[in-house]
Amino acid sequence: MTTPTSTPVPPHADRSSEGAPRTAAKRHSTRAARRREGRAGFSMVAPALILLLLFLVIPVLLAFGLSFTNARLISPNPPRFVGLDNFVRAFTADPVFVRSMINTFVFAAVIVPVQAGLGLFLAVLVNQKIRGVTAFRVIFFIPVVTSIVVVSILWRFMYQSDGLINSMIDTITFGAWQGMAWLNDPSTALGAIIVLSIWQAVGFHMLIWLSGLQTIPEELYEAARMDGASARQQFANVTWPGLRSTMVFVLVTITIAALGLFVQIDVMTQGGPVNSTSTLVYHAVRKGYRELETGYGATISLIFFVLVLTIALIQRRLTRDKD
Amino acid sequence: MNRRSLVTIVSVSALTLTGCGQAGQGDVDNGDGPAEITMWTHSAGNPGELEVYEQIIADFNASQDDYQVVTEAFPQGAYNDAIVAAAAANDLPCLLDMDGPIVPNWAWAGYVQPLGLDPAITDSLLPTAVGIYQDEVYSAGYWDAALAIFARQSVLDDNGIRIPTVDEPWSLDEFDEALSTLQDAGYDTPLDIGAEDAGEWWSYAYSPMLQSAGGDLIDRDTMLTAEGALNGPEAVDFFTWFAGAFEQGWASDSGTIGNEEFNSDEVALSYTGVWNAMDSLDAVGDDLLILPPPDFGTGPAIGGGSWQWGISSTCSSPDGARAYLEFSFADEYITEFADNQVVIPATEGAAEASEHFSSDGDLRPFVELSQRFAVLRPETPAYPVISSTFEKAAKDIMNGADVGSTLDGAVAEIDTNIESNDGYGF
Amino acid sequence: MTTDSLTERVVLRRRKVWSYTAMSALAVIFLFPLVFMVVSSLKPDSQILADIGSPQAFLPVGDISLDNYFGVFDRVPFGRFLFNSVLITVLTVGFGLIVNSMAGFALSRMRWRGRSLVLSLVIATLIVPFETVAVPMVYWVSKLPTLVMEGGMVKYDFGWLNSYHVQIVPFIANAFAIFLFTQYFSTIPKSLDEAARIDGANWFTIYRRIVAPLAGPAFATVAILTFLPAWNQYLWPLMVVQQESLRPVMVGMQYFFQLNTAWGEVMAYTSLITLPILIVFLSFQRAFVSSVAASGVKG
Repeated sequence: MTTPTSTPVPPHADRSSEGAPRTAAKRHSTRAARRREGRAGFSMVAPALILLLLFLVIPVLLAFGLSFTNARLISPNPPRFVGLDNFVRAFTADPVFVRSMINTFVFAAVIVPVQAGLGLFLAVLVNQKIRGVTAFRVIFFIPVVTSIVVVSILWRFMYQSDGLINSMIDTITFGAWQGMAWLNDPSTALGAIIVLSIWQAVGFHMLIWLSGLQTIPEELYEAARMDGASARQQFANVTWPGLRSTMVFVLVTITIAALGLFVQIDVMTQGGPVNSTSTLVYHAVRKGYRELETGYGATISLIFFVLVLTIALIQRRLTRDKD
Repeated sequence: MNRRSLVTIVSVSALTLTGCGQAGQGDVDNGDGPAEITMWTHSAGNPGELEVYEQIIADFNASQDDYQVVTEAFPQGAYNDAIVAAAAANDLPCLLDMDGPIVPNWAWAGYVQPLGLDPAITDSLLPTAVGIYQDEVYSAGYWDAALAIFARQSVLDDNGIRIPTVDEPWSLDEFDEALSTLQDAGYDTPLDIGAEDAGEWWSYAYSPMLQSAGGDLIDRDTMLTAEGALNGPEAVDFFTWFAGAFEQGWASDSGTIGNEEFNSDEVALSYTGVWNAMDSLDAVGDDLLILPPPDFGTGPAIGGGSWQWGISSTCSSPDGARAYLEFSFADEYITEFADNQVVIPATEGAAEASEHFSSDGDLRPFVELSQRFAVLRPETPAYPVISSTFEKAAKDIMNGADVGSTLDGAVAEIDTNIESNDGYGF
Repeated sequence: MTTDSLTERVVLRRRKVWSYTAMSALAVIFLFPLVFMVVSSLKPDSQILADIGSPQAFLPVGDISLDNYFGVFDRVPFGRFLFNSVLITVLTVGFGLIVNSMAGFALSRMRWRGRSLVLSLVIATLIVPFETVAVPMVYWVSKLPTLVMEGGMVKYDFGWLNSYHVQIVPFIANAFAIFLFTQYFSTIPKSLDEAARIDGANWFTIYRRIVAPLAGPAFATVAILTFLPAWNQYLWPLMVVQQESLRPVMVGMQYFFQLNTAWGEVMAYTSLITLPILIVFLSFQRAFVSSVAASGVKG
């Protein structure tokens, strides 16, 4: 019968790819099978596709539409079309927006390498064949399964000037440390949130690195050891090259999560002190929801989407070119 | 073919997905039996308050056959979000309670209708327990709250600090001197001003201080601009003092929300509310003083306006809602609210019957403070934006931002918003 | 030779000691906020605040009792919230596994028009943080049709607010899950499909009987990763659910933030809602950790 080739062939290329010796009947049954496959494929993807359209694409399009209006969450006046006014306002008349954009990028620029690196470090640690290692895997993953709202409340306690973080530093430095309220100082608040965010999420990326590590065949290590490679050389020549595709995945997921930073800010600092922790998503929610300026909030969201998409495409291009 | 199967899939999945549908919030009048009146409160997690509502509702439902009130309680932190979402979905309940300063906004937006209660009832209430927008009453409440400065008599006496009265409050100079004396006496931060809190507390607690200094959140004559009110010389003076209080360590920007620090004598003075009074009475006993806030220039001021009740404009039986509200404003219920939650009863009669707030009650000073010094936050639909902007500006100043330019920025933000809303009907 | 293996053994032992030290130190850092939470849940508010800066914050000493837990049950209908969360989570995860794995199957193993377009759409939706579309979403779901029972008759109505399905249906399709299934399915040899086609199997049967049974690790990974956000739903139910009887556990947190926060009860409540996840995770951790490893999650 018809045997589909393993390289994908677009359905419309049927005719040209079919050889002349085939009989009409065969050609017909091939086309019928293709049609059946097309229909089956579409109907299997349809439930997910419809749900994504209904609950993600349509709301996003609604938000895009709103961003060109002065729509209010609460108002007796109907929304007016205002063209690009909201966009002009964001870039010229809203210093908090600009600051939020900078904060978002700073957060991502620190989180992406540090969390990826620390995750890899943990993964290498727990990938050893030594007793009790599973227990440590579980412990490092526990913050991931804890609600970020709960985590933020706990850490807010710990960051107080008389809180646990300060008393620990105090103990380590034998009392030389003057306690400070980490979340109340514009120069430390974002750093404090970065630390907490890494603590919460690094276990997840540890696990992903671990899955990458475990796909590297043991024989490669054995061969390297035969050649007298040190542990460091093994890492550089066997482990790291074997983790390429894992790395791409880790970088992309951390970047997307980091750019969307919201809950920690909402629970812990509300963007303060002096805007030092306001992020794009937080600012969009503050304007669009809390301050009821739905249209303007939607504008910030739209700018955010465009930025993230651009970054994602750049990342894709960069990681692809090296292949 | 393809198209038809797509349509089938869409409709089939829509049907199956919505299989567990449920009726909306709309008040169903099914002809016979009492009409159902839905009612939302912000008091989930507050058993003392809920208990009184349950009793009123039970009494009301038993007292007549036309209406049946059913209630749903929300946690306070989520309440406004729920109302806004419900309004967007045209799904508001008949009766809803609202924090006083938000009433004009919701009236302007058409969420609530003029209250239309018997004026004899609304006239008997504390003026700060009635919500007015454009000369029309939209809401009424059973109580008000009040702020005061808590202190220990022994501490003030030991440090030679004069005990202020409502007729002769501390002047700002006296207050400064008292704080610095107390600091020298060993209180690291002498005053718990509550700055670790977030949200509406900031406007509620500190905008009356700004008014006492001669500034304001907005020009109340026009309600169209904050220029001159929020960034005038009086406002700059006040915020310079405010920033200085933190800089000199008189007050702290961290700590725990509540009155724990005062009760354990870590701070000497606490600027806090009537709701913390019982714990402090337990901790301090007869030594507790409930003092008026200092006079920043134009006389002391404290915030007024607490939770109040209104009727939504989509309510299908407003007469029933009114009947319920009129029934509920009986002194006995007001007294019960006041004593259960430790808040100031809104009528004189209820105060007299109250354990804490009658003329010889232990919390009577709060009634006096409320009557003498309570000011309302501006009654304009712009208030949510004003409040959020004020909170942010005040926090930034506390954290060291330049006073003048921060206030100018806040004014610009408020004025832009008012303008883009066509003046909010003013 | 002997010296070589001796130094090797020394190196290995040294590395082992070093590894254990590092892992133990890290374990302390990863565990201590949770220890603080559980320990504090046993203390009265005033003691939590007094202990906060000292090692006592980690020790169940002083005035220890279960009072906070009783306080939680007085304040919050905990059983109801727990039931709601379990129901919502189980249905979201369950439907999600079916819908997303089918999509992943079609995207990775079948050829049809528009396939690459759908794949790009799925990847693009990965970047949308829910918070940014929450407001239009509320408006949108309030307009969706629904069926109601009225006097024994099934009727149409509009508005999805105040229901279980509004907390479930929007979260069934999940771009991340589709992506993971697509990746995993593409590692299973396609020759299996071809053999089955020759035997006359249709595509759904291939998915159901051949590919899905081979993809256990992918199903386990997606199950855990979709379980967490479903259990932790917070902003969305706040906005769309008004009836107390339909609220999930995370919304219950708000009940404790009154004028003065009842910190002891907050700690007790957070312990109570974190514990079920920890138990689920601990009992499945072996399967989960190895399944993530086996699913070869990667780009």
